[in-house]
Amino acid sequence: MKAGTKLERILASGQFAVTAEAGPPKGASAEVIRKKGELLRHCCDAVNVTDNQTAIVRMSSLAGCLLLKQQGLEPVMQIVVRDRNRLALQSDVLGAVALGIGNILCLSGDHQKFGNHPTAKGVFDIDSIQLVQALKTMRDDKKFISGEDISGEMPVFIGAAANPFADPFEYRVHRLAKKVKAGADFIQTQAVYDVSKFAKWMEMVRERGLDKQVHILAGVIPIRSAGMARYMRDSVPGIAMPDSIVTRMEKAANAKEEGARIILEIIEQLKGMPGVHGVHIMAVGWEDIVPDIVQKSGLMPRPVV
Amino acid sequence: MKNLKPRLVVFSCPWCCFQMADLSGATQLDYSPQVKINIVPCSGRVEIIDLMKTFESGADGVLVLGCLEDKCHHQNGSLTAKRRVSYIKGLLKDIGLGEKRLEMFMLSPSSGPKPEEIIGNMVEQVKGLGSSPIKVKRKT
Amino acid sequence: MIITKQKSLEEIRKMLAGYGKILILGCGTCATVCFAGGEREVAILASSLRMAEKINGKKKTFFEHTVKRQCDWEFLDEIAEKVKAADVVLSLSCGVGVQAIAERFPNSRVLPGIDTCFLGLTAEPGIWSERCDACGHCLVHETGGICPIARCAKGLFNGPCGGSVAGKCEISPDVPCAWQLIIDHLAALGQLDKLEVIQPPKDWRTSHSGGPRKIVSPVREESGEK
Repeated sequence: MKAGTKLERILASGQFAVTAEAGPPKGASAEVIRKKGELLRHCCDAVNVTDNQTAIVRMSSLAGCLLLKQQGLEPVMQIVVRDRNRLALQSDVLGAVALGIGNILCLSGDHQKFGNHPTAKGVFDIDSIQLVQALKTMRDDKKFISGEDISGEMPVFIGAAANPFADPFEYRVHRLAKKVKAGADFIQTQAVYDVSKFAKWMEMVRERGLDKQVHILAGVIPIRSAGMARYMRDSVPGIAMPDSIVTRMEKAANAKEEGARIILEIIEQLKGMPGVHGVHIMAVGWEDIVPDIVQKSGLMPRPVV
Repeated sequence: MKNLKPRLVVFSCPWCCFQMADLSGATQLDYSPQVKINIVPCSGRVEIIDLMKTFESGADGVLVLGCLEDKCHHQNGSLTAKRRVSYIKGLLKDIGLGEKRLEMFMLSPSSGPKPEEIIGNMVEQVKGLGSSPIKVKRKT
Repeated sequence: MIITKQKSLEEIRKMLAGYGKILILGCGTCATVCFAGGEREVAILASSLRMAEKINGKKKTFFEHTVKRQCDWEFLDEIAEKVKAADVVLSLSCGVGVQAIAERFPNSRVLPGIDTCFLGLTAEPGIWSERCDACGHCLVHETGGICPIARCAKGLFNGPCGGSVAGKCEISPDVPCAWQLIIDHLAALGQLDKLEVIQPPKDWRTSHSGGPRKIVSPVREESGEK
C-alpha cells in the first residue's frame, strides 16, 4: 500500500471504484460542503473537492477535503499548478497529509482567463507532471524537490488527469505513459461521451500495458439539458460531445430523464471495458443525481474494505 | 453650422477614371471652386503622413480615389490605400475631426459612378460637417 | 527583437497634460521594424497631436527627432541639447530606451509613448508574434527548437494540457498549441523520444524571478564607462 486510503484499497482489491465531485462554494459556508458530502456518502468511495475550477475562486480544496473528512467521508484533494508555486504546493501537500487527506489529484488547471479573475498572474512554476513526480519523490524518497530531506512519512495516493479527447489524439497515450512514469497511481479522465473514441484510447493504453501500472477511472458528466449538451460541444475545450447526443437531448420529451438515460448507457459500457477500474462522476451543481445514477448502474452498495 | 465653401482635397490615380486628368483643372467643376485635385501615380503612393498633413493644413475634407481592388493598375496599390484610409479614419476620430472628413472610393473607368458624382457627394458631406476645427489662416 | 505597440492617442494626450514643449523621440531599431516608434510614426503622431491639441484649444509645440537607438548612451548624448530644450520627452522606444533617457538626463522628464510587449519576430508583414521569455537558460533544443515557456500559455515543460483543440490553444483559436508544434516538429525530425524524458522543474533563478539581471563581460576594460 502506498497510502492505504479507502480508494487505494478498493482499487487494489480489483473492485470497480466510484468517485464523485463536490464543488466548494464561492463563500465560506462549510454547510454547503457538508450537504454535498451527505448526498454522496453512500454512493461513492471517495469524493473529489475541486481547486478553483475553471479559474473561479472558491473555498480551497484543502478546506473542503478536511470538512468531508470530519464528516467521515474519504476526500480526494485536487491541486492545480496554476495558482501555487512549488513552495506552496509542497507545503499544502504536507498539510493535507497531516490532516489525514491521502488522495491527491495533480492538474494543470484551466487558464486564468476563463475565470472570474482574468487579470491574475498564472503561476505555473512547475507543471502537473512535475508535481506528480514531486509527490512520488516526497513519498518514496522522503525528499523535497530541492533534494532536502522531509521529516517523517508522507503517504499519498497520487492521481493525475487524462484527456483522451484533447488533441493531439495520437499523443494522448504517450502523455499518460509519462504521467505513469512520473508516479501516478490513479487516473481520472475527462468526461466520456464518445464511447468508441474512448474505447480506441483504452485499446492503445492496454497495448502499452499501462492499465497494469495505473488505475484508470473514466469520467462521466450527467447532462440535464440540450443547452448544456450544446455548450459542452461548442465551448468547453477538451470535451468530445457527439452530435448524436445533442440531438437526443434536443428531441427528448424530458431532458433530465434522457440525460440520465444517456449517462447510464455510457456507464454500462465503461463497466465492461477492460482496463477501466472505476468511474468518476462529475455532477457539479447537480450532486443529488449521483446516488440515483450509481444505484441504477448496479453499483450499489459500495464495498467495504 | 453648414460650411458653404468647404475646402476639399482629392488624391486620385489617373487609371481609375478616363477624365481624371481633365478634371484636375478645378474650374471644370461648377459647384465649388475649392476642390483641389492631386493626381498621384497610384492611390497606394499616398502615405498616411500626406493625408495627415493635408488635414493639418486646414482641409475640411479629403477624398481618395483609386482603382477597383482587383483592377489596380499597380496590383494592390488601391488596397493598400484602402487600409491606410481606414486606419486614418480611426485617428481622425481620436483627434476630434471625425471619420467623415475622409473617404475613399474605388472606381472603374468603364462603369459605375463617375468621379464628378463622387466628388459632388463628398462636397455635400463635408458642407454638412462644418469648417474643420483646425483653423488655418490662409491667403484667399 | 523587442516588439512594441504605440499607446492610444487618448492615453498619450493625458500624459502630456501640462507640458508645452514636447520632443517626440523615435527609435530607429526595434520600434521602427514594428511600426510603433520609427521616424514615420513620429511624424504621424506629431501631426495627430498638433491637430488634437489645436482642436482642444491647447498651445503645445511638438518637436520631432529619431535616433538610431535609444538604448545606447552615444546616441542619446548626441541629442542632449534637444532634450534640454523640451519640457518633456515623449519616447517612442521600448521600456529600455525610455529608462535610458531618464537615466542619462536626470533633470528631464520622460514619458513612454509606446508599450513594450514581448520578444518576438515578424511572422508576416504587419504581424508580430512572441517567441522568447528571456528565462536566462535556453533549452529549446529539448523541444524541437520551440520554446514551451514563451509559446505555451501555461508554460508547461511536459505538455500538452487537456485543453488543446485541433492544434490550437484553449485560450484562443489564434494561438497555436505549442506542444502540438513541438510534437509535430520532433516527429518530423525523428526525435519524439526526447519527449519520453520528464523535464525537471525549471530553475527560475536565471529569469527575472531571480531578480534584476546584469551581465559583465569578462574582457571589459577596467576603467571608463564603455
